[in-house]
Amino acid sequence: MSHRNFIWICLLPLVVVTAAFFLLPMAQLLAVGAGGSRGVSAYLAIITEPRYRATLINTVVLAAATTIATLVIATIAGLFLQRHRFPGRAVLIAMLTFPLAFPGVVVGFLIILLAGRQGLIGAITAAVTGEKVVFAYSIFGLFLGYLYFSIPRVILTVMAAVQKLDIGLEEAARSLGASPWAVQRDVVLPALGPAFVASGAIAFATAMGAFGTAFTLATNIDVLPMLIYTEFTLAANFAISAALSIGLGVIAWAILALARSMSGGAVAAAG
Amino acid sequence: MSAVAGHGASVHIQNCGKTFPDGTQALAPASLDIVSGETLVLLGPSGCGKTTMLRIIAGLETPDAGGRVLFDTTDMTAVPIEQRHVGMVFQSYALFPNMTVAENIGYGLKIRGVDKSVRAARVAEMVALTNIGGLENRRIDQLSGGQRQRVALARAVAVRPRVLLLDEPLTALDASLRDRLRSELNSLLRSLGITAIYVTHDQAEAMELGDRIVVMRKGAIAQIGTPREIYFAPQNRFVAEFVGAANIVEGPVAGGRLTLPGGWLALDNAADNAAAVAMIRPETIGIVAEADAFLRGTVESVAFIGDRQRLVVTGAANQPLTVDAPNTINVRAGERVGLSVTPQAVRVLPKED
Repeated sequence: MSHRNFIWICLLPLVVVTAAFFLLPMAQLLAVGAGGSRGVSAYLAIITEPRYRATLINTVVLAAATTIATLVIATIAGLFLQRHRFPGRAVLIAMLTFPLAFPGVVVGFLIILLAGRQGLIGAITAAVTGEKVVFAYSIFGLFLGYLYFSIPRVILTVMAAVQKLDIGLEEAARSLGASPWAVQRDVVLPALGPAFVASGAIAFATAMGAFGTAFTLATNIDVLPMLIYTEFTLAANFAISAALSIGLGVIAWAILALARSMSGGAVAAAG
Repeated sequence: MSAVAGHGASVHIQNCGKTFPDGTQALAPASLDIVSGETLVLLGPSGCGKTTMLRIIAGLETPDAGGRVLFDTTDMTAVPIEQRHVGMVFQSYALFPNMTVAENIGYGLKIRGVDKSVRAARVAEMVALTNIGGLENRRIDQLSGGQRQRVALARAVAVRPRVLLLDEPLTALDASLRDRLRSELNSLLRSLGITAIYVTHDQAEAMELGDRIVVMRKGAIAQIGTPREIYFAPQNRFVAEFVGAANIVEGPVAGGRLTLPGGWLALDNAADNAAAVAMIRPETIGIVAEADAFLRGTVESVAFIGDRQRLVVTGAANQPLTVDAPNTINVRAGERVGLSVTPQAVRVLPKED
């Protein structure tokens, strides 16, 4: 057996699995999407149908807001955690990365406990102002939930990038007269750019596709995963839900591809 | 060039020590005065405290309580590095990868709010000074090691610093490039007339660049002096052995004579001492006929180096002597030879503690 043949035989299981569980269902999904009453134009429905379009915009805005807020919070925290040693640091890092272990449903549940009708914030505001503040079921509640599970992914990436920063760069900038703010602006943030792109893309794609949290909270929020679910299970509209799925996948994939080309291949697929 | 010259402050380090939070003392309290315009080299092996000293002067480390750093007459101890107006060159060069060569050089001026046209003129001046014309718009990752070193130097000098601090700036370069840049750097520092503090572990670098050298060991100053003083009159065994090659011989001194296993050497006004330690540089030992010398030995090996030959002579002292002989004399291993050393070339060292 030649060396080349040996490698091909070793790759065979991968080929089989890829074909069986990825390529075939995808092809089927594509066919279903085009097989409804709208035909191929079902793929355009995500843009042309006002209700779908509004949902798409909702989802993209929510994912973008989540990404930006996550980057801001996680960068500050990551810089601090990587640069300082203090008692309890390891515990704090473990706590911050804890949400990685939670499914979306649990995150949604936590948001309800915090800001739901029986939630902590509601109880406190009711006692203080007499008016109960409840936002768990709004887009803001969903935003909080997404923030909660996006932060750990970004923090870990930022911390790894900060560790690789040459501290000499900051010292050089300071020696040239740069204030602490100028050092961050001119040296640290540009150096962390690739890490922002990589982890931001993951946060964005995750927020675009997250379902568990949305499903737990979403009584009056429309996001794409929820829309696909309702079209599929409640309306039994297979063609539209398939077309929306493809649309969601293409958008998330495009964002990841863009990020990957900008950051030189450091982007892993989203969870 | 005159536009850049004449900005050297004198630097005064008073009683500056550094103890790290874990209790290790990187630097024992030390004092040092650096004259305006002088190039002072901090020389020593790694871990000797030379970089800590430099970082205290830069303002990147604060000295332990009681220590003070003055530029001219101004107390800078509590002034952060960004307000000290120093220029710094790092071993890693620490060039900003997100900026071009010209942007790197102009960064210090930009931060200080210097007008764009003035900035461009100064950058052009620096580019000419450091011989990097044509590289202005390159990115840092497109530069060779030697070019990076020049950019780092240009960036540090562009702000016309009061003190230029260089932390092993040539260490990352290969040997031939290092030699060339060393002499370039030397003439640049002379022409700028800037106060420069230069950290290195390379004694040849220290000799060539330093007006004065501070030899450091284990967080303390071992000796301060001009290159000649350090080389010819080391005050202790560490300095003698760290700077240049040195033969360390041991024997009793009586009546101005140092007695060794292979004979004796005349000394310059040396006190009697039952167990003296002395240093002899290899190039100060002359090879003469056995009958003409008071110190004799056997040639163990001869290594022809080109400009000279390096002999190892046994039997003369308590340990083999290294002798740098002219490349013209004809000696072979196994031969008996006489060794002539002038009294001035034998340096008796104080007893080590």
